[in-house]
Amino acid sequence: MSFAVNALTRSLNVFHLAGSACNNCDIEILATLTPKYDLERFGLVLVGSIRHADLILLSGIFNKKSAIRVKEVYEQAPKPVVVVAIGGCACSGGMFRDSYNWDQPVNKYIPIDAYLPGCPPKPEAMISAVVKLITKLRGKKL
Amino acid sequence: MTKRTIIPIGPYHALQEEPEFFKLHVEGEKVVGLEIELGYNHRGIEKLSESKHYDQTIFLVERICGICSTSHPIACVQAIEDAGDIEVPERALYIRSLIGELERIHSHMLWLGLAGHFLGFNTIWMWAWRYREDVLDVFELITGNRNHYAMMKAGGVRRDIKSEDIPAIKKMIGNLVKPLTLFKNAVVDDPVIHARTKGVGTLTAQQIIDYAALGPTARASGVLIDVRRDHPHAAYGLVDWDVIVAQNGDVFDKAVVRILEMFESLKIIDQCLEKLKTVTGPIDSNPREIKPGEGVGHYEAPRGEVFHYIRSDGTNRPARHKVRAPSFMNIVTDREAVIGQTVSDATIILAAVDPCYCCTERMAAIDVNSGKKTFTSADMIRLSQAKTEQVKKQLGAPGPQIKLL
Repeated sequence: MSFAVNALTRSLNVFHLAGSACNNCDIEILATLTPKYDLERFGLVLVGSIRHADLILLSGIFNKKSAIRVKEVYEQAPKPVVVVAIGGCACSGGMFRDSYNWDQPVNKYIPIDAYLPGCPPKPEAMISAVVKLITKLRGKKL
Repeated sequence: MTKRTIIPIGPYHALQEEPEFFKLHVEGEKVVGLEIELGYNHRGIEKLSESKHYDQTIFLVERICGICSTSHPIACVQAIEDAGDIEVPERALYIRSLIGELERIHSHMLWLGLAGHFLGFNTIWMWAWRYREDVLDVFELITGNRNHYAMMKAGGVRRDIKSEDIPAIKKMIGNLVKPLTLFKNAVVDDPVIHARTKGVGTLTAQQIIDYAALGPTARASGVLIDVRRDHPHAAYGLVDWDVIVAQNGDVFDKAVVRILEMFESLKIIDQCLEKLKTVTGPIDSNPREIKPGEGVGHYEAPRGEVFHYIRSDGTNRPARHKVRAPSFMNIVTDREAVIGQTVSDATIILAAVDPCYCCTERMAAIDVNSGKKTFTSADMIRLSQAKTEQVKKQLGAPGPQIKLL
């Protein structure tokens, strides 16, 4: 395991990037970090700045106005960075695919490492996703 | 004279759940101007709704907002029922009110947590979110989902509440009284919270009326407005409850109104559960068609009145669907509340109206001359700004102050 991977997977700094979301994935992300599920005890903390991020959580569709900002914000993140698309909207556009304001699938401009579908995915699913991601990053079999 | 500085907040900022952009004009510590820029969350839901049939529309409006995810469906089904003259069985009315009030508790607790977080009380944040999970457990028991409950349906509700579940639900609801009292005491008695929130971001009753603000924002300023009481719908006319009002209109009163409303919600839920034991019958009148016509639906969401308008042309799709969400009216009061306050108080003032941008952002831009839709990114920004200007004009707010620099 390289130094970078070791450092990356020990204590992930999470930056939460909501596109044009309905807020539900966002509150479920927060619910995952607050006492009942408490992912914070494993060192996952929300950070205020993209420049501190190891893990970016994308939620919601990205409309024509927010997509350009999201690209810009993603470029500011230190690399390597892991990106997870949370919820049906971020994964595929969901029910807003037909909307005139839907830009394009988010993986066209941001490389996504994991997709977590659901509307919204339950906190248990998010925990499972993080576990799988860390296992994968460390080069172990899932 | 102190130099004027602009502090940009957003669109992607640590303080915010959702993307929105505030430009705070400050002179030293004092806030002298505020610009609000929206449009980051616009998804074209009204237009999408015209391409979906009535059953699908309800799932669509549910996804307008994840926090008020039963307020929009209730308003929408009421609009459909109004348009099609559909009768709703009494049992369904009680279930609607019950789900709506549970949602109010979870939404207010969520707000309380975030407000605590903004004030620097992370303990309140964590505790509020911990007890919010208990409400979500009730939701999971009744509807099968933690969020996005999918309970509403034109003509009734989708799922019944089994009578054998009622004691368990009652117990779970009863368990909420203790933590709610804890929060009430924590906020009402704490001198630090008093110092941070009393007299901060005050809105007078006249300002509320001028801006047509709604919900707890209005009720905290002594404006007695609650669509549950003014236009009784669902089971609100059949149960006994009070509208909570406070007089000062500051952040403290907004918090107190929300906390006391949660107790009222518990009262309503208790009565609904009692009634569900005796009121039996179908939960759904199974409408087969929606007659041509127009209908409106109101619902008092946790943030204020949600309004839906449906025009039906006799087909299985709405010909026009119009949504007005409460935050649309409430966020414009931010300017009035924040100017003259210090930068450090700005966050809690902006948060005090419980802004919900995913509800608010509706805009359609059609180039009339060429007949084609213009949706380049630059256009969206320009249109968004134009819309903000328009809103200000409509509400009679002084526009020039916005362009201070």
